[in-house]
Amino acid sequence: MRGSRSMNRTRISVGIRAVIALPYLWLALFFLLPFVLVLILSLGTNSPDSVPPVELGFSFNNFRRLFSDHLYVVAWLSSLRIAATSTLVTLLLGYPMAYAISRADPRRRPLLLMLVVLPFWTSFLIRIYAWMGLLAENGILNQFLRWLGFGDHSGTILGTEWAVHLGIVYAYLPFMVLPLYATLEKLDWSLLEAAADLGAKPLGAFLTVTLPLSLPGIVAGCLMVFIPAVGEFVIPDLLGGTSTLMIGKVLWDEFFTNSDWPLASAVAICLLVLLVGPITLFQRQQAKSLERR
Amino acid sequence: MIGRARFAFGVLAFGYAFLYLPILLVIAYSFNDSRLVTVWAGFSFKWWHALFHNEDMLSAAWLSLRIGLASATLSTILGLAAGYVLARVPSFVGRTLFGSLVMAPMVMPEVVMGISLLLLFVGGEQFLGGPDRGFVSIVIAHTTFSLAFVAIVVQARLADFDRSLEEAAMDLGATPWVTFRTVTLPMLMPALVSGWLLAFTLSLDDLIMTQFVSGAQSQTLPMLVYSSVRLGVDPQINVLATIVVCIAAVALIISGRLARARPAR
Repeated sequence: MRGSRSMNRTRISVGIRAVIALPYLWLALFFLLPFVLVLILSLGTNSPDSVPPVELGFSFNNFRRLFSDHLYVVAWLSSLRIAATSTLVTLLLGYPMAYAISRADPRRRPLLLMLVVLPFWTSFLIRIYAWMGLLAENGILNQFLRWLGFGDHSGTILGTEWAVHLGIVYAYLPFMVLPLYATLEKLDWSLLEAAADLGAKPLGAFLTVTLPLSLPGIVAGCLMVFIPAVGEFVIPDLLGGTSTLMIGKVLWDEFFTNSDWPLASAVAICLLVLLVGPITLFQRQQAKSLERR
Repeated sequence: MIGRARFAFGVLAFGYAFLYLPILLVIAYSFNDSRLVTVWAGFSFKWWHALFHNEDMLSAAWLSLRIGLASATLSTILGLAAGYVLARVPSFVGRTLFGSLVMAPMVMPEVVMGISLLLLFVGGEQFLGGPDRGFVSIVIAHTTFSLAFVAIVVQARLADFDRSLEEAAMDLGATPWVTFRTVTLPMLMPALVSGWLLAFTLSLDDLIMTQFVSGAQSQTLPMLVYSSVRLGVDPQINVLATIVVCIAAVALIISGRLARARPAR
């Protein structure tokens, strides 16, 4: 009995080992190793005449440059600021939506959810492009404002930080609504009734019961918006102007415009350092929510 | 109560209007006779006609389609393996690292993944003489990114599903492989189809990683869209957007149907 079981176990583990190895090796080769290369390259120097334009070495000059040049520090800080404020706005818009869906007629919920998810399945690029036509100087929004009579002093939103915020909120709203809905849907509504029976006003019941219980969804949703927003490139590039500095765009420009690969690698490292905290938090949260299932 | 219902309706109306008005305007203007987005000059199919005769656009779309098919299939295979391991193999050496590695591409900034993969391919060219940057490198980049999404769908499905069926099959003498093929795989099928569709959509849409790892010759659809959109609004892009939205809606409906076709628990 014992013998056959242990034999069975070793037989499983040979097959399973191959199943583990396949994605493991793929990710080690195409995900982990490339990061090591970025790290190595960030310590090298730019040499425009060679192919590739890099000279390997061991100096912290790229990082020194990033911290001494005003432009990079500003880009770093404004990425954080723009991502944080747009995450907050997305939460303020997404929470009521998720709440309303979770309290809607159960037969209607799949459709309502599908309508939230559908934009995620269409092209990100095209959704941002849609706002270019809306926000341009002679765009539909300005025409509408002029028609309402705000014509004279309506500036152009396209090319400002406002447009970048709007783009992030628009693009990442589904990421906020889905985790919020997932926690609100499981919420035990009888707790709210109990609070009401005990004399709590609706707002008080919301603040003391609903909000704390939906905290995991709030954290997950905010991280799912904040993390990609910090490194965003397409939105600041297409909707922002030259004055909108974000770290993802700085990396892109260093790489494609200035062909400074080592400096771009150093920017990548800095971006990762910025995100280590949020990403660890997110992974811990995910692991916890899987355990709870 | 009426007040609350009205509030919910207002919130949803505003939210959905915010999500859909920009897309609907793009679709409407794909039928506009004028070149300008700001002026409605009457109904016309001329941009549709122009798009379907745009050689660059068609060859970019064909390349994107081929990359999408290849990378969605590869990521489904790898994601199935990864999701299965995460859901069914509780402990082995390096499991924590494995879990983080599978999930990390989802939260990694695309610019960082783009530059790091490019360095890998440049290194590969220097020391191994390949692979050429183009189709292969783009497929590898997309697969690395989207296998995480497939893995999550697979893992969630397996976590929902009762393990006793698999155990029963094993007790009745089925080998692990036979159990997997006859019990686990059929019940995973809906998850695999929606995972494949998700990976396909992600690949079709990716701009940033593609821009980093593509060689000089290959131009995918998002790259073409990006370079044209940077110069301003282009009615042909509106037509393309309309097509993309229709395809996405169909893909989502299929995937939604499959997700709801759960066996009774």
